[in-house]
Amino acid sequence: MSTAVLQARGVRKSFGHTEVLSGIDLDVTPGETVVVLGPSGSGKSTFLRCINLLESLDAGRITVDGRDVGYDVRNGRLHELSPNEIARRRKDIGMVFQQFNLFPHMTALENIIEAPIAVLGEGRREATERAVGLLAEVGLAGREKAYPRQLSGGQQQRVAIARALAMRPKLMLFDEPTSALDPELVGEVLATMKRLASAGLTMVVVTHEISFAREAADRVVFMDAGQVVEQGTPEQVIDNPQHERTRAFLSRFL
Amino acid sequence: MATTVQDAPAAGLELDVRNAAHRKHPWRWLSALVVLVFAAQLVKMLVTNDNFGWDVVWAWLRAESIVRGLGITLMLTVVAMVIGVVLGVLLAVCRISANPLLRSAAGLYIWFFRGTPTLVQLIFFYNLSALLPKLNIGIPFGPVFTSVDTNTLITPLLAAILGLGLNEGAYMAEIVRGGLLSVDPGQREAGQALGMKNSRIMKRIILPQAMRFIVPPTGNQVISMVKATALVSVIALSDLLYTAQSIYNRTFETIPMLIVVCLWYLAVTSVLYVVQSFIERHYNRGARHQAPSFWDFLRIRPKGSAA
Ligand SMILES: Nc1ncnc2c1ncn2[C@@H]1O[C@H](COP(=O)(O)OP(=O)(O)OP(=O)(O)O)[C@@H](O)[C@H]1O
Ligand SMILES: [Mg+2]
Repeated sequence: MSTAVLQARGVRKSFGHTEVLSGIDLDVTPGETVVVLGPSGSGKSTFLRCINLLESLDAGRITVDGRDVGYDVRNGRLHELSPNEIARRRKDIGMVFQQFNLFPHMTALENIIEAPIAVLGEGRREATERAVGLLAEVGLAGREKAYPRQLSGGQQQRVAIARALAMRPKLMLFDEPTSALDPELVGEVLATMKRLASAGLTMVVVTHEISFAREAADRVVFMDAGQVVEQGTPEQVIDNPQHERTRAFLSRFL
Repeated sequence: MATTVQDAPAAGLELDVRNAAHRKHPWRWLSALVVLVFAAQLVKMLVTNDNFGWDVVWAWLRAESIVRGLGITLMLTVVAMVIGVVLGVLLAVCRISANPLLRSAAGLYIWFFRGTPTLVQLIFFYNLSALLPKLNIGIPFGPVFTSVDTNTLITPLLAAILGLGLNEGAYMAEIVRGGLLSVDPGQREAGQALGMKNSRIMKRIILPQAMRFIVPPTGNQVISMVKATALVSVIALSDLLYTAQSIYNRTFETIPMLIVVCLWYLAVTSVLYVVQSFIERHYNRGARHQAPSFWDFLRIRPKGSAA
Protein backbone atom coordinates (compact mmCIF):
# COMPACT_ATOMS: atom_id res chain seq x y z
CA MET A 1 0.00 0.00 0.00
CA SER A 2 2.64 2.51 1.01
CA THR A 3 4.54 1.94 -2.24
CA ALA A 4 1.82 3.64 -4.31
CA VAL A 5 2.63 7.12 -5.67
CA LEU A 6 -1.07 7.96 -5.93
CA GLN A 7 -3.87 6.57 -3.82
CA ALA A 8 -7.44 7.72 -4.28
CA ARG A 9 -10.23 6.36 -2.09
CA GLY A 10 -13.93 7.09 -2.48
CA VAL A 11 -13.36 10.49 -4.08
CA ARG A 12 -16.58 12.45 -4.46
CA LYS A 13 -17.11 15.87 -5.97
CA SER A 14 -20.24 17.84 -6.85
CA PHE A 15 -20.75 21.11 -8.67
CA GLY A 16 -23.98 22.51 -7.27
CA HIS A 17 -26.46 19.67 -7.33
CA THR A 18 -24.73 17.53 -9.97
CA GLU A 19 -22.36 14.90 -8.69
CA VAL A 20 -19.41 14.71 -11.08
CA LEU A 21 -17.29 12.16 -9.18
CA SER A 22 -19.20 9.42 -7.37
CA GLY A 23 -16.58 7.54 -5.43
CA ILE A 24 -13.35 7.05 -7.38
CA ASP A 25 -10.75 4.51 -6.21
CA LEU A 26 -7.39 4.39 -7.96
CA ASP A 27 -3.85 3.36 -7.10
CA VAL A 28 -0.82 4.20 -9.21
CA THR A 29 2.51 2.53 -8.45
CA PRO A 30 5.93 4.08 -9.15
CA GLY A 31 6.89 4.10 -12.82
CA GLU A 32 3.41 3.18 -13.93
CA THR A 33 1.63 4.87 -16.85
CA VAL A 34 -2.12 4.91 -16.36
CA VAL A 35 -4.33 6.09 -19.22
CA VAL A 36 -7.82 7.26 -18.30
CA LEU A 37 -10.44 6.91 -21.02
CA GLY A 38 -14.06 7.99 -20.87
CA PRO A 39 -16.76 9.97 -22.62
CA SER A 40 -16.94 13.75 -22.42
CA GLY A 41 -18.33 14.94 -19.10
CA SER A 42 -17.51 11.71 -17.28
CA GLY A 43 -15.35 13.63 -14.77
CA LYS A 44 -11.84 12.80 -16.01
CA SER A 45 -10.55 16.38 -15.84
CA THR A 46 -12.24 16.96 -12.51
CA PHE A 47 -10.53 13.88 -11.07
CA LEU A 48 -7.09 14.99 -12.31
CA ARG A 49 -7.67 18.46 -10.85
CA CYS A 50 -8.65 16.92 -7.52
CA ILE A 51 -5.28 15.14 -7.39
CA ASN A 52 -3.31 18.41 -7.18
CA LEU A 53 -6.14 20.22 -5.42
CA LEU A 54 -7.03 22.63 -8.23
CA GLU A 55 -10.48 21.38 -7.18
CA SER A 56 -11.26 20.48 -3.58
CA LEU A 57 -12.80 17.10 -2.78
CA ASP A 58 -16.19 16.78 -1.08
CA ALA A 59 -15.50 13.32 0.32
CA GLY A 60 -12.89 10.56 0.23
CA ARG A 61 -9.16 10.99 0.25
CA ILE A 62 -6.25 11.35 -2.17
CA THR A 63 -2.63 10.92 -1.18
CA VAL A 64 0.42 11.53 -3.34
CA ASP A 65 3.63 9.89 -2.17
CA GLY A 66 1.84 9.00 1.04
CA ARG A 67 0.74 12.54 1.93
CA ASP A 68 -2.51 14.43 1.47
CA VAL A 69 -1.92 17.50 -0.67
CA GLY A 70 -4.34 19.67 1.29
CA TYR A 71 -4.27 18.16 4.77
CA ASP A 72 -2.09 17.12 7.67
CA VAL A 73 -2.94 14.14 9.84
CA ARG A 74 -2.87 15.05 13.53
CA ASN A 75 -4.44 13.01 16.34
CA GLY A 76 -6.13 10.73 13.88
CA ARG A 77 -7.86 13.59 12.08
CA LEU A 78 -7.23 15.52 8.86
CA HIS A 79 -6.49 19.22 9.34
CA GLU A 80 -6.72 21.68 6.43
CA LEU A 81 -3.42 23.27 5.37
CA SER A 82 -2.78 26.92 4.51
CA PRO A 83 -2.54 27.95 0.82
CA ASN A 84 1.25 28.30 1.08
CA GLU A 85 1.64 24.82 2.55
CA ILE A 86 -0.58 23.41 -0.19
CA ALA A 87 1.59 25.18 -2.77
CA ARG A 88 4.68 23.51 -1.28
CA ARG A 89 3.10 20.05 -1.63
CA ARG A 90 1.96 20.64 -5.19
CA LYS A 91 5.55 20.91 -6.42
CA ASP A 92 5.85 17.12 -6.58
CA ILE A 93 2.91 16.87 -8.97
CA GLY A 94 3.44 18.05 -12.54
CA MET A 95 0.47 18.94 -14.70
CA VAL A 96 0.14 19.41 -18.44
CA PHE A 97 -2.99 21.17 -19.63
CA GLN A 98 -5.08 20.83 -22.76
CA GLN A 99 -4.55 24.55 -23.54
CA PHE A 100 -0.80 24.43 -22.63
CA ASN A 101 -1.17 27.45 -20.29
CA LEU A 102 2.35 28.65 -21.00
CA PHE A 103 3.13 32.10 -19.64
CA PRO A 104 2.88 34.24 -22.81
CA HIS A 105 5.04 37.10 -21.51
CA MET A 106 8.00 34.79 -20.86
CA THR A 107 10.29 33.00 -23.30
CA ALA A 108 10.38 29.20 -23.43
CA LEU A 109 13.42 29.27 -21.14
CA GLU A 110 11.85 31.72 -18.67
CA ASN A 111 8.71 29.58 -18.56
CA ILE A 112 10.80 26.59 -17.50
CA ILE A 113 13.10 28.22 -14.94
CA GLU A 114 10.44 30.30 -13.16
CA ALA A 115 9.22 27.63 -10.74
CA PRO A 116 12.56 25.90 -10.06
CA ILE A 117 13.93 29.29 -8.98
CA ALA A 118 10.83 30.42 -7.07
CA VAL A 119 9.81 27.11 -5.50
CA LEU A 120 12.86 24.85 -5.38
CA GLY A 121 15.23 27.72 -4.64
CA GLU A 122 17.59 26.79 -7.48
CA GLY A 123 20.13 29.33 -8.69
CA ARG A 124 19.45 30.97 -12.04
CA ARG A 125 22.58 29.42 -13.55
CA GLU A 126 21.73 25.89 -12.48
CA ALA A 127 18.05 26.24 -13.48
CA THR A 128 19.02 27.59 -16.90
CA GLU A 129 21.46 24.75 -17.54
CA ARG A 130 18.82 22.17 -16.70
CA ALA A 131 16.17 23.99 -18.76
CA VAL A 132 18.42 23.96 -21.83
CA GLY A 133 18.84 20.21 -21.34
CA LEU A 134 15.11 19.66 -20.89
CA LEU A 135 14.31 21.63 -24.04
CA ALA A 136 16.75 19.44 -25.95
CA GLU A 137 15.09 16.38 -24.43
CA VAL A 138 11.68 17.40 -25.82
CA GLY A 139 13.25 18.13 -29.19
CA LEU A 140 13.39 21.93 -28.92
CA ALA A 141 17.12 22.60 -28.63
CA GLY A 142 17.91 26.18 -29.60
CA ARG A 143 14.39 27.54 -29.04
CA GLU A 144 15.17 28.96 -25.58
CA LYS A 145 14.46 32.56 -26.58
CA ALA A 146 11.19 31.91 -28.42
CA TYR A 147 7.99 33.32 -26.96
CA PRO A 148 5.05 30.90 -26.85
CA ARG A 149 3.25 32.71 -29.68
CA GLN A 150 6.22 32.11 -31.95
CA LEU A 151 5.92 28.34 -31.48
CA SER A 152 3.49 25.86 -33.01
CA GLY A 153 0.93 24.19 -30.77
CA GLY A 154 2.94 20.99 -30.63
CA GLN A 155 6.09 22.90 -29.71
CA GLN A 156 4.20 24.87 -27.04
CA GLN A 157 2.91 21.68 -25.49
CA ARG A 158 6.42 20.22 -25.43
CA VAL A 159 7.69 23.38 -23.66
CA ALA A 160 4.84 22.89 -21.16
CA ILE A 161 5.99 19.31 -20.60
CA ALA A 162 9.57 20.49 -20.07
CA ARG A 163 8.29 23.13 -17.64
CA ALA A 164 6.53 20.48 -15.57
CA LEU A 165 9.55 18.15 -15.69
CA ALA A 166 11.83 20.93 -14.41
CA MET A 167 10.20 20.49 -11.00
CA ARG A 168 11.36 16.84 -10.91
CA PRO A 169 7.82 15.67 -10.16
CA LYS A 170 7.05 12.31 -8.60
CA LEU A 171 3.81 12.17 -10.54
CA MET A 172 2.80 13.77 -13.85
CA LEU A 173 -0.80 14.48 -14.82
CA PHE A 174 -1.74 15.03 -18.47
CA ASP A 175 -5.23 16.35 -19.26
CA GLU A 176 -5.91 15.72 -22.95
CA PRO A 177 -2.50 17.12 -23.92
CA THR A 178 -3.12 16.67 -27.66
CA SER A 179 -6.79 17.66 -27.96
CA ALA A 180 -6.06 21.27 -28.88
CA LEU A 181 -3.52 20.32 -31.56
CA ASP A 182 -3.80 20.02 -35.33
CA PRO A 183 -3.72 16.33 -36.31
CA GLU A 184 -0.24 16.53 -37.82
CA LEU A 185 1.19 17.90 -34.56
CA VAL A 186 -0.28 15.23 -32.27
CA GLY A 187 2.43 12.68 -33.06
CA GLU A 188 5.39 14.75 -31.82
CA VAL A 189 3.76 15.32 -28.41
CA LEU A 190 2.73 11.68 -28.03
CA ALA A 191 6.27 10.58 -28.98
CA THR A 192 7.68 12.78 -26.20
CA MET A 193 5.21 11.30 -23.72
CA LYS A 194 6.03 7.73 -24.76
CA ARG A 195 9.69 8.43 -24.16
CA LEU A 196 8.88 9.73 -20.65
CA ALA A 197 6.75 6.67 -19.96
CA SER A 198 9.49 4.25 -20.90
CA ALA A 199 12.02 6.30 -18.92
CA GLY A 200 10.04 5.34 -15.84
CA LEU A 201 8.09 8.54 -15.06
CA THR A 202 4.87 7.92 -13.14
CA MET A 203 2.06 9.33 -15.26
CA VAL A 204 -1.73 9.61 -15.28
CA VAL A 205 -2.86 10.53 -18.79
CA VAL A 206 -6.37 11.52 -19.81
CA THR A 207 -6.59 11.21 -23.57
CA HIS A 208 -8.76 10.16 -26.49
CA GLU A 209 -5.74 8.74 -28.33
CA ILE A 210 -6.49 5.01 -28.18
CA SER A 211 -3.24 4.19 -29.99
CA PHE A 212 -1.26 5.92 -27.25
CA ALA A 213 -3.13 3.92 -24.61
CA ARG A 214 -2.36 0.71 -26.47
CA GLU A 215 1.35 1.45 -26.90
CA ALA A 216 2.33 3.32 -23.74
CA ALA A 217 -0.12 2.39 -20.99
CA ASP A 218 0.65 -0.14 -18.28
CA ARG A 219 -2.98 0.12 -17.28
CA VAL A 220 -6.11 1.59 -18.82
CA VAL A 221 -8.92 2.93 -16.66
CA PHE A 222 -12.35 3.49 -18.16
CA MET A 223 -14.48 6.14 -16.43
CA ASP A 224 -18.12 6.94 -16.99
CA ALA A 225 -20.54 9.15 -15.05
CA GLY A 226 -18.04 9.80 -12.28
CA GLN A 227 -17.14 6.17 -11.65
CA VAL A 228 -14.38 3.78 -12.65
CA VAL A 229 -16.27 1.24 -14.77
CA GLU A 230 -13.37 -1.10 -15.45
CA GLN A 231 -9.60 -1.20 -15.54
CA GLY A 232 -6.84 -3.52 -16.66
CA THR A 233 -4.10 -3.90 -19.24
CA PRO A 234 -4.67 -2.22 -22.62
CA GLU A 235 -5.40 -5.66 -24.10
CA GLN A 236 -8.05 -6.37 -21.48
CA VAL A 237 -9.85 -3.03 -21.59
CA ILE A 238 -9.44 -1.99 -25.22
CA ASP A 239 -9.53 -5.31 -27.02
CA ASN A 240 -11.75 -7.27 -24.70
CA PRO A 241 -13.94 -4.87 -22.71
CA GLN A 242 -16.25 -6.49 -20.14
CA HIS A 243 -18.79 -3.73 -19.76
CA GLU A 244 -21.42 -2.56 -22.18
CA ARG A 245 -20.55 1.13 -21.54
CA THR A 246 -16.89 0.51 -22.35
CA ARG A 247 -17.82 -1.28 -25.56
CA ALA A 248 -20.18 1.53 -26.57
CA PHE A 249 -17.47 4.14 -25.96
CA LEU A 250 -14.71 2.23 -27.79
CA SER A 251 -16.92 1.43 -30.78
CA ARG A 252 -16.68 5.11 -31.71
CA PHE A 253 -12.94 4.78 -32.31
CA LEU A 254 -13.07 1.76 -34.62
CA MET B 1 -23.02 29.06 -65.45
CA ALA B 2 -20.05 26.77 -65.12
CA THR B 3 -18.39 28.24 -68.19
CA THR B 4 -18.50 31.86 -66.95
CA VAL B 5 -16.96 30.81 -63.65
CA GLN B 6 -14.08 29.18 -65.50
CA ASP B 7 -13.74 31.83 -68.18
CA ALA B 8 -13.46 34.89 -65.95
CA PRO B 9 -10.09 34.11 -64.35
CA ALA B 10 -8.74 32.41 -67.45
CA ALA B 11 -9.21 35.63 -69.45
CA GLY B 12 -6.34 37.47 -67.80
CA LEU B 13 -4.03 35.05 -66.04
CA GLU B 14 -1.07 37.26 -66.91
CA LEU B 15 -2.47 40.10 -64.72
CA ASP B 16 -0.83 40.69 -61.38
CA VAL B 17 -2.19 42.52 -58.31
CA ARG B 18 1.23 44.13 -58.00
CA ASN B 19 0.38 46.34 -60.96
CA ALA B 20 -3.23 46.98 -59.98
CA ALA B 21 -4.44 50.60 -60.05
CA HIS B 22 -4.93 52.01 -56.55
CA ARG B 23 -8.32 53.42 -55.58
CA LYS B 24 -8.64 57.20 -55.76
CA HIS B 25 -9.68 59.02 -52.59
CA PRO B 26 -11.31 62.33 -53.65
CA TRP B 27 -13.11 62.79 -50.30
CA ARG B 28 -9.90 62.35 -48.41
CA TRP B 29 -8.25 65.11 -50.42
CA LEU B 30 -11.27 67.43 -50.12
CA SER B 31 -11.52 67.03 -46.34
CA ALA B 32 -7.78 67.62 -46.04
CA LEU B 33 -8.21 70.86 -47.98
CA VAL B 34 -10.99 72.04 -45.65
CA VAL B 35 -8.83 71.31 -42.62
CA LEU B 36 -5.91 73.19 -44.19
CA VAL B 37 -8.05 76.30 -44.77
CA PHE B 38 -9.22 76.28 -41.14
CA ALA B 39 -5.65 75.76 -39.92
CA ALA B 40 -4.39 78.68 -42.00
CA GLN B 41 -7.11 80.90 -40.54
CA LEU B 42 -6.21 79.81 -37.01
CA VAL B 43 -2.55 80.61 -37.55
CA LYS B 44 -3.44 84.03 -39.00
CA MET B 45 -5.53 84.80 -35.92
CA LEU B 46 -2.79 83.65 -33.54
CA VAL B 47 -0.27 85.93 -35.23
CA THR B 48 -2.34 89.04 -35.91
CA ASN B 49 -4.55 89.21 -32.80
CA ASP B 50 -2.65 91.29 -30.23
CA ASN B 51 -4.94 90.15 -27.41
CA PHE B 52 -2.95 86.95 -27.19
CA GLY B 53 -0.06 89.01 -25.91
CA TRP B 54 2.70 86.68 -27.06
CA ASP B 55 5.41 88.92 -25.62
CA VAL B 56 3.75 88.66 -22.20
CA VAL B 57 3.40 84.90 -22.62
CA TRP B 58 7.07 84.57 -23.45
CA ALA B 59 8.10 86.76 -20.53
CA TRP B 60 6.10 84.79 -17.97
CA LEU B 61 6.63 81.29 -19.38
CA ARG B 62 9.89 80.79 -17.51
CA ALA B 63 9.22 83.15 -14.60
CA GLU B 64 10.33 81.70 -11.30
CA SER B 65 6.89 81.80 -9.65
CA ILE B 66 5.31 79.98 -12.59
CA VAL B 67 7.99 77.29 -12.61
CA ARG B 68 7.55 76.85 -8.86
CA GLY B 69 3.78 76.47 -9.42
CA LEU B 70 4.53 73.88 -12.10
CA GLY B 71 6.71 72.04 -9.58
CA ILE B 72 3.80 71.88 -7.12
CA THR B 73 1.53 70.60 -9.89
CA LEU B 74 4.00 67.86 -10.87
CA MET B 75 4.68 66.89 -7.27
CA LEU B 76 0.94 66.62 -6.56
CA THR B 77 0.46 64.51 -9.69
CA VAL B 78 3.21 62.09 -8.77
CA VAL B 79 2.28 61.72 -5.10
CA ALA B 80 -1.46 61.43 -5.79
CA MET B 81 -0.87 58.87 -8.56
CA VAL B 82 1.45 56.78 -6.39
CA ILE B 83 -1.18 56.74 -3.63
CA GLY B 84 -3.85 56.02 -6.24
CA VAL B 85 -2.00 53.10 -7.83
CA VAL B 86 -1.02 51.45 -4.53
CA LEU B 87 -4.51 51.92 -3.15
CA GLY B 88 -6.01 50.77 -6.44
CA VAL B 89 -4.06 47.49 -6.46
CA LEU B 90 -5.01 46.83 -2.82
CA LEU B 91 -8.68 47.63 -3.44
CA ALA B 92 -8.74 45.52 -6.62
CA VAL B 93 -7.26 42.52 -4.80
CA CYS B 94 -9.87 43.02 -2.04
CA ARG B 95 -12.61 43.25 -4.65
CA ILE B 96 -11.80 39.81 -6.07
CA SER B 97 -10.82 38.17 -2.77
CA ALA B 98 -12.72 35.27 -1.27
CA ASN B 99 -13.48 37.28 1.88
CA PRO B 100 -16.97 38.82 1.50
CA LEU B 101 -16.30 41.53 4.09
CA LEU B 102 -13.20 42.76 2.22
CA ARG B 103 -15.13 42.61 -1.06
CA SER B 104 -17.97 44.80 0.16
CA ALA B 105 -15.70 47.20 2.05
CA ALA B 106 -13.72 47.81 -1.15
CA GLY B 107 -16.97 48.12 -3.10
CA LEU B 108 -18.28 50.70 -0.65
CA TYR B 109 -15.08 52.74 -0.88
CA ILE B 110 -15.19 52.77 -4.67
CA TRP B 111 -18.90 53.64 -4.63
CA PHE B 112 -18.32 56.63 -2.37
CA PHE B 113 -15.22 58.11 -3.98
CA ARG B 114 -16.41 57.70 -7.54
CA GLY B 115 -19.88 58.89 -6.68
CA THR B 116 -18.94 62.32 -5.28
CA PRO B 117 -17.17 65.16 -7.10
CA THR B 118 -13.41 65.41 -6.58
CA LEU B 119 -13.81 69.12 -5.94
CA VAL B 120 -16.18 68.44 -3.04
CA GLN B 121 -13.81 65.83 -1.61
CA LEU B 122 -10.95 68.33 -1.74
CA ILE B 123 -12.89 71.02 0.09
CA PHE B 124 -14.07 68.39 2.55
CA PHE B 125 -10.53 67.35 3.51
CA TYR B 126 -9.54 71.01 3.69
CA ASN B 127 -12.30 71.59 6.23
CA LEU B 128 -11.85 68.30 8.08
CA SER B 129 -11.23 70.14 11.35
CA ALA B 130 -14.86 71.30 11.38
CA LEU B 131 -15.87 67.62 11.57
CA LEU B 132 -13.02 66.18 13.65
CA PRO B 133 -11.23 68.93 15.61
CA LYS B 134 -8.74 66.44 17.01
CA LEU B 135 -7.18 63.32 15.49
CA ASN B 136 -6.25 60.62 18.01
CA ILE B 137 -3.76 57.81 17.63
CA GLY B 138 -4.34 54.84 19.92
CA ILE B 139 -6.19 51.56 20.28
CA PRO B 140 -9.70 51.61 18.80
CA PHE B 141 -12.22 52.14 21.63
CA GLY B 142 -9.21 51.99 24.00
CA PRO B 143 -6.53 54.32 25.32
CA VAL B 144 -5.25 57.25 23.22
CA PHE B 145 -1.50 57.60 22.79
CA THR B 146 -1.21 60.98 21.10
CA SER B 147 -3.65 63.51 19.84
CA VAL B 148 -3.06 66.25 17.26
CA ASP B 149 -4.99 69.29 16.28
CA THR B 150 -6.55 68.58 12.85
CA ASN B 151 -5.86 72.08 11.60
CA THR B 152 -2.12 71.81 12.14
CA LEU B 153 -1.94 68.31 10.66
CA ILE B 154 -4.09 68.82 7.57
CA THR B 155 -2.27 71.55 5.70
CA PRO B 156 -3.64 72.59 2.29
CA LEU B 157 -0.95 70.38 0.76
CA LEU B 158 -1.99 67.31 2.74
CA ALA B 159 -5.66 68.00 2.02
CA ALA B 160 -4.83 68.14 -1.69
CA ILE B 161 -2.81 64.92 -1.56
CA LEU B 162 -5.52 63.09 0.37
CA GLY B 163 -8.35 64.44 -1.78
CA LEU B 164 -6.68 63.62 -5.10
CA GLY B 165 -5.00 60.36 -4.02
CA LEU B 166 -7.94 58.71 -2.27
CA ASN B 167 -10.21 59.64 -5.14
CA GLU B 168 -7.73 58.29 -7.68
CA GLY B 169 -7.51 55.00 -5.75
CA ALA B 170 -11.17 54.33 -6.49
CA TYR B 171 -10.69 54.75 -10.25
CA MET B 172 -7.43 52.80 -10.32
CA ALA B 173 -9.10 49.96 -8.42
CA GLU B 174 -11.57 49.46 -11.24
CA ILE B 175 -8.83 49.65 -13.87
CA VAL B 176 -6.63 47.14 -12.03
CA ARG B 177 -9.57 44.81 -11.38
CA GLY B 178 -10.47 44.85 -15.07
CA GLY B 179 -6.85 44.01 -15.93
CA LEU B 180 -6.68 41.14 -13.45
CA LEU B 181 -9.93 39.65 -14.73
CA SER B 182 -8.71 39.82 -18.32
CA VAL B 183 -5.95 37.28 -17.62
CA ASP B 184 -6.94 33.71 -18.50
CA PRO B 185 -7.68 31.71 -15.31
CA GLY B 186 -5.52 28.92 -16.79
CA GLN B 187 -2.48 31.10 -16.06
CA ARG B 188 -3.15 31.06 -12.32
CA GLU B 189 -3.77 27.29 -12.45
CA ALA B 190 -0.50 26.70 -14.30
CA GLY B 191 1.31 28.62 -11.57
CA GLN B 192 -0.51 26.71 -8.83
CA ALA B 193 0.25 23.38 -10.47
CA LEU B 194 3.95 24.31 -10.41
CA GLY B 195 3.74 24.84 -6.65
CA MET B 196 4.05 28.63 -6.75
CA LYS B 197 2.63 30.70 -3.90
CA ASN B 198 -0.32 32.97 -4.61
CA SER B 199 1.70 36.13 -3.98
CA ARG B 200 4.36 35.01 -6.45
CA ILE B 201 1.73 34.03 -9.03
CA MET B 202 0.20 37.49 -8.70
CA LYS B 203 3.54 39.27 -9.01
CA ARG B 204 5.21 37.23 -11.74
CA ILE B 205 2.35 35.86 -13.82
CA ILE B 206 -0.96 37.68 -13.38
CA LEU B 207 0.13 41.32 -12.91
CA PRO B 208 2.64 41.43 -15.80
CA GLN B 209 -0.07 40.17 -18.14
CA ALA B 210 -2.72 42.41 -16.63
CA MET B 211 -0.37 45.36 -17.21
CA ARG B 212 -1.14 45.29 -20.92
CA PHE B 213 -4.72 46.17 -20.01
CA ILE B 214 -3.84 48.42 -17.06
CA VAL B 215 -1.20 50.69 -18.62
CA PRO B 216 -3.23 52.45 -21.35
CA PRO B 217 -6.12 53.58 -19.09
CA THR B 218 -3.60 54.44 -16.35
CA GLY B 219 -1.83 56.71 -18.82
CA ASN B 220 -5.17 58.43 -19.27
CA GLN B 221 -5.51 58.73 -15.51
CA VAL B 222 -2.08 60.33 -15.15
CA ILE B 223 -2.92 62.87 -17.82
CA SER B 224 -6.28 63.55 -16.15
CA MET B 225 -4.49 63.90 -12.85
CA VAL B 226 -2.08 66.52 -14.20
CA LYS B 227 -5.09 68.60 -15.07
CA ALA B 228 -7.17 67.63 -12.03
CA THR B 229 -4.49 69.11 -9.79
CA ALA B 230 -5.73 72.50 -11.02
CA LEU B 231 -8.69 71.93 -8.69
CA VAL B 232 -6.44 72.56 -5.70
CA SER B 233 -6.42 76.26 -6.52
CA VAL B 234 -9.76 76.39 -4.64
CA ILE B 235 -7.96 75.52 -1.40
CA ALA B 236 -5.33 78.20 -2.04
CA LEU B 237 -2.48 75.85 -2.84
CA SER B 238 -0.10 77.63 -5.22
CA ASP B 239 -0.01 75.19 -8.09
CA LEU B 240 0.48 76.27 -11.70
CA LEU B 241 -3.05 77.59 -12.18
CA TYR B 242 -3.30 79.32 -8.77
CA THR B 243 0.04 81.05 -9.37
CA ALA B 244 -1.11 82.29 -12.77
CA GLN B 245 -4.40 83.46 -11.30
CA SER B 246 -2.70 85.46 -8.61
CA ILE B 247 -0.51 87.08 -11.27
CA TYR B 248 -3.35 88.12 -13.58
CA ASN B 249 -5.39 89.32 -10.64
CA ARG B 250 -2.64 91.92 -10.25
CA THR B 251 -1.73 92.59 -13.90
CA PHE B 252 -5.09 91.85 -15.62
CA GLU B 253 -3.22 89.96 -18.37
CA THR B 254 -5.71 87.12 -18.08
CA ILE B 255 -5.48 85.57 -21.55
CA PRO B 256 -1.66 85.56 -21.82
CA MET B 257 -1.36 84.00 -18.37
CA LEU B 258 -3.90 81.29 -19.24
CA ILE B 259 -1.92 80.59 -22.39
CA VAL B 260 1.21 80.19 -20.27
CA VAL B 261 -0.71 77.69 -18.15
CA CYS B 262 -1.98 75.80 -21.20
CA LEU B 263 1.47 75.61 -22.78
CA TRP B 264 2.93 74.09 -19.64
CA TYR B 265 0.11 71.56 -19.26
CA LEU B 266 0.52 70.60 -22.93
CA ALA B 267 4.27 70.19 -22.51
CA VAL B 268 3.84 67.91 -19.50
CA THR B 269 1.09 65.78 -21.06
CA SER B 270 3.14 65.41 -24.27
CA VAL B 271 6.08 64.03 -22.32
CA LEU B 272 3.74 61.65 -20.51
CA TYR B 273 2.33 60.47 -23.82
CA VAL B 274 5.81 59.49 -25.02
CA VAL B 275 6.61 57.75 -21.73
CA GLN B 276 3.35 55.82 -21.91
CA SER B 277 4.07 54.52 -25.40
CA PHE B 278 7.42 53.16 -24.23
CA ILE B 279 5.86 51.46 -21.20
CA GLU B 280 3.19 49.88 -23.40
CA ARG B 281 5.85 48.43 -25.67
CA HIS B 282 7.61 46.94 -22.68
CA TYR B 283 4.53 45.09 -21.44
CA ASN B 284 3.64 43.84 -24.91
CA ARG B 285 6.49 41.34 -24.98
CA GLY B 286 5.30 38.11 -26.53
CA ALA B 287 1.97 39.60 -27.57
CA ARG B 288 0.58 39.19 -31.04
CA HIS B 289 -0.12 42.89 -31.55
CA GLN B 290 2.64 45.41 -31.06
CA ALA B 291 1.70 48.56 -29.19
CA PRO B 292 1.29 51.60 -31.44
CA SER B 293 4.51 53.51 -31.89
CA PHE B 294 4.64 57.07 -30.62
CA TRP B 295 5.05 58.39 -34.17
CA ASP B 296 1.97 56.62 -35.49
CA PHE B 297 -0.15 59.75 -35.26
CA LEU B 298 2.03 61.28 -37.99
CA ARG B 299 1.25 58.51 -40.48
CA ILE B 300 -1.11 59.40 -43.28
CA ARG B 301 -1.86 55.84 -44.30
CA PRO B 302 -2.86 53.74 -41.31
CA LYS B 303 -0.42 50.87 -40.73
CA GLY B 304 -1.55 47.58 -42.20
CA SER B 305 -4.36 49.12 -44.23
CA ALA B 306 -4.72 47.99 -47.81
CA ALA B 307 -5.63 51.45 -49.09
N1 LIG C 1 -16.14 24.44 -12.37
C1 LIG C 1 -17.24 23.76 -12.72
N2 LIG C 1 -18.47 24.20 -12.37
C2 LIG C 1 -19.57 23.52 -12.70
N3 LIG C 1 -19.58 22.37 -13.40
C3 LIG C 1 -18.40 21.87 -13.77
C4 LIG C 1 -17.17 22.53 -13.46
N4 LIG C 1 -16.14 21.80 -13.96
C5 LIG C 1 -16.72 20.74 -14.57
N5 LIG C 1 -18.07 20.76 -14.45
C6 LIG C 1 -19.00 19.74 -14.95
O1 LIG C 1 -18.57 18.50 -14.48
C7 LIG C 1 -18.77 17.51 -15.46
C8 LIG C 1 -17.49 16.73 -15.66
O2 LIG C 1 -16.55 17.60 -16.24
P1 LIG C 1 -15.08 17.16 -16.63
O3 LIG C 1 -14.43 18.35 -17.24
O4 LIG C 1 -14.42 16.55 -15.46
O5 LIG C 1 -15.34 16.04 -17.71
P2 LIG C 1 -14.32 15.33 -18.69
O6 LIG C 1 -14.51 13.88 -18.48
O7 LIG C 1 -12.97 15.89 -18.50
O8 LIG C 1 -14.87 15.71 -20.11
P3 LIG C 1 -14.08 16.13 -21.45
O9 LIG C 1 -13.68 14.86 -22.12
O10 LIG C 1 -15.11 16.89 -22.23
O11 LIG C 1 -12.92 16.98 -21.05
C9 LIG C 1 -19.28 18.18 -16.70
O12 LIG C 1 -20.68 17.98 -16.78
C10 LIG C 1 -18.96 19.63 -16.46
O13 LIG C 1 -19.94 20.43 -17.04
MG1 LIG D 1 -11.65 17.15 -19.65
